[in-house]
Amino acid sequence: MNSLILRTASRLLLPLILVLSVFVFWRGHNEPGGGFIGGLLAAIAFALVEKAQGLEAARKALHFRPQSIAAVGLGCTVLGGLWGAFAYGYFLKGVWPLIEKLPDGSKTGLPFGSIMLFDFGVFLVVLGGVCGILFALEDVVANERDDKED
Amino acid sequence: MEIMIALLAGFLVAAGAYLMMSGKTLPYLFGLTMISNAANLIIFASGRLTFGKPPLIPEGAHSIEGASNALPQALILTAIVIGFGLLVFALALAYRSYYVLGTTKMDHMNASEPGTEVGS
Amino acid sequence: MLLFWPIVIPLLTAVLTLLAWRSTEMQRGISLMGALALLLAALAIFSQVVETGPVSAQAGGWPAPFGITLVADLLSAIMVLLTAIVAVTVVIFSFSDVTVEEEHFGFHPLTHSLLTGICGAFLTGDIFNMYVWFEVMLIASFGLLVIGGGKTQFDGTVKYVGLNLIATVAFIAGVGLLYGTAGALNMADLHGKLAGRSGEAVVLASAAFLLFAFGSKAALFPVYFWLPASYHTPAFSTSALFSALLTKVGVYAMLRVFTLVYDIDGTVFVPILIVLAVLTMFFGAMGALSQNSLRRVLGYSIIASIGFMVLGLAIGTPLALAGAAFYLFQDVLVKTGLFLGAGVTARLTGSELFARSGGVWRARAGFSILFLIPALSLAGVPPFAGFWAKLLLVQAALDTNAWFLTFAALATGFLLLYAMGRVWAAVFWSAHPGGESAITAPLGATSLLPVAVIAILVTYLGLSAGTFVDLALRVGAELTDPSAYVQTVLGGAP
Repeated sequence: MNSLILRTASRLLLPLILVLSVFVFWRGHNEPGGGFIGGLLAAIAFALVEKAQGLEAARKALHFRPQSIAAVGLGCTVLGGLWGAFAYGYFLKGVWPLIEKLPDGSKTGLPFGSIMLFDFGVFLVVLGGVCGILFALEDVVANERDDKED
Repeated sequence: MEIMIALLAGFLVAAGAYLMMSGKTLPYLFGLTMISNAANLIIFASGRLTFGKPPLIPEGAHSIEGASNALPQALILTAIVIGFGLLVFALALAYRSYYVLGTTKMDHMNASEPGTEVGS
Repeated sequence: MLLFWPIVIPLLTAVLTLLAWRSTEMQRGISLMGALALLLAALAIFSQVVETGPVSAQAGGWPAPFGITLVADLLSAIMVLLTAIVAVTVVIFSFSDVTVEEEHFGFHPLTHSLLTGICGAFLTGDIFNMYVWFEVMLIASFGLLVIGGGKTQFDGTVKYVGLNLIATVAFIAGVGLLYGTAGALNMADLHGKLAGRSGEAVVLASAAFLLFAFGSKAALFPVYFWLPASYHTPAFSTSALFSALLTKVGVYAMLRVFTLVYDIDGTVFVPILIVLAVLTMFFGAMGALSQNSLRRVLGYSIIASIGFMVLGLAIGTPLALAGAAFYLFQDVLVKTGLFLGAGVTARLTGSELFARSGGVWRARAGFSILFLIPALSLAGVPPFAGFWAKLLLVQAALDTNAWFLTFAALATGFLLLYAMGRVWAAVFWSAHPGGESAITAPLGATSLLPVAVIAILVTYLGLSAGTFVDLALRVGAELTDPSAYVQTVLGGAP
């Protein structure tokens, strides 16, 4: 596909959608959203780049191999689970090291912890997985187009 | 309401089965998608259908009366995601196998089982 | 936490092998380390379960039946242990079997994802999670089947994928109906909620869906056609892994669900299972006789073995269930040994077709004996493990005066012996068509060691059968009276 409008727009849209995806991921802490949807949004951003500017540009924009991104994400989810196991003895138990409980029962502090890590892992797995599938499919289609022309 | 969903599921299974019996890879997959959607509807109906009562507890309250069951929704979401992933793989496989085997007709696919050719 | 290790270790190994994609050596090292670590974890679980009875763990500390439960009773623990043993041998064998290209396309990550799914399916105490683990397993197996990219592989994969996807849909529909009628998904919870309701239409319908789903996974008659179409197409390591474990997960699921969740005693499922088991044994054995290439014969022999295990489930006495369990345990090792051995013979003779191979006995007598041990065990020749498994089943059939089933089991055993005899005659005794000098390929330690380990284990299982039969009898008792299992999950949760 070669469209000047789409190409220009995709340059603008990539950072915008990525910011949106991070926002959705963040929001998922207590409201609808989360790593899965955030990861899908981020993958859509790169899919747009791929459609507008070609496979090479998309690979460059993503910088890492999609498989490696997915692998790191999978590692994050496992570590997020193990964190709870080592802290409390229960796999996948939520750990919030930055939250303190005040004497009156309310909580204060930053909600960063094992569940966030787990969700971030999901984000990366979805991003890496979807991009990996898309790039591989595009690769195959391109190769076969070349084969037929030969 | 459950009756409607049940009829819809039955219709989807019938249509899906018809497509699957066409003997070609792509209609087979489309039929399979229909049947897996019918299965999702079965889970949906198994949680009892309620109208306009999301399973969200209002602020300050501890429970909610007559809300829909949230668990089947979570189950369906899982099943949809898995089903979607499998469908993507199966479609890619159908495409590749057409390229490699040169046919979409299942009766002509016998590279792995020589001696089972069906007269065309 | 101990129970989570068999899931976490292969998952982490898959992650690390995926990240180490640049170096094949590193991938192999990580893969082997991961398999060995899995073996250690499995041994720890096994020893604890043997000592203290069923163990359970709750993810996130949420008590059952609300949280995600993992349970290991004796059956699960032994299956995980066998999975780990198979994993180690297959990983070692793959070093000399899998091509560099297949490794580059993710053989190691996919293998360990497959192990994650298998261990998860064995350990989960929740029927919906079992579905999820089945899918993990299924997706990884799709990848493993197709990575070689040959014409036969694509053909095999299309059939495998097509039929397994239907099973998946049936599984989820059955789970949906079950949840709709019982309002629970935890299997120990379902045991209590479905007690005395085994005659109701919805319960029977959901059980029928699950029977179809597990039957397809286990390659039960009449839905076994995907197995002989696909298991002989990928690399030998992959077919060994599949034939040792994938169909067994289906059998395990049947043993678990039709003893713990449903009380099938006195329902229509008993005659159905008996008919299916006998037909599976018959068609499997006949198929094995009709084929002319090594892995296709072995593929049909898997089907016949599945028939024996389901027969034990259908008879349903503690002794029969013990026989089914013992058959299951020894068959995992036997099938690994046979398929890995098939890989070695194919490399030696250059072909899997009977017409184009032969002469292995004269060229490599030591290896031939290593192949003969699991083959004889499959055929049920004493003193190997398969004989004791068949003996338990025949004894159980005689106890219930089921003369026809006894006859069917003995006849299938005889047909399997004949099929193995054909393999032996064609591949090992007859002369190679290329003459005596045709077999020159050297055999490395990485291909002989796994076959030898399996052969030793099969012999050991047979020679000290007393210990293992006692273990199987304990499994049978646990399956017929799951109160300890239910107690661990629901009562013992902290």
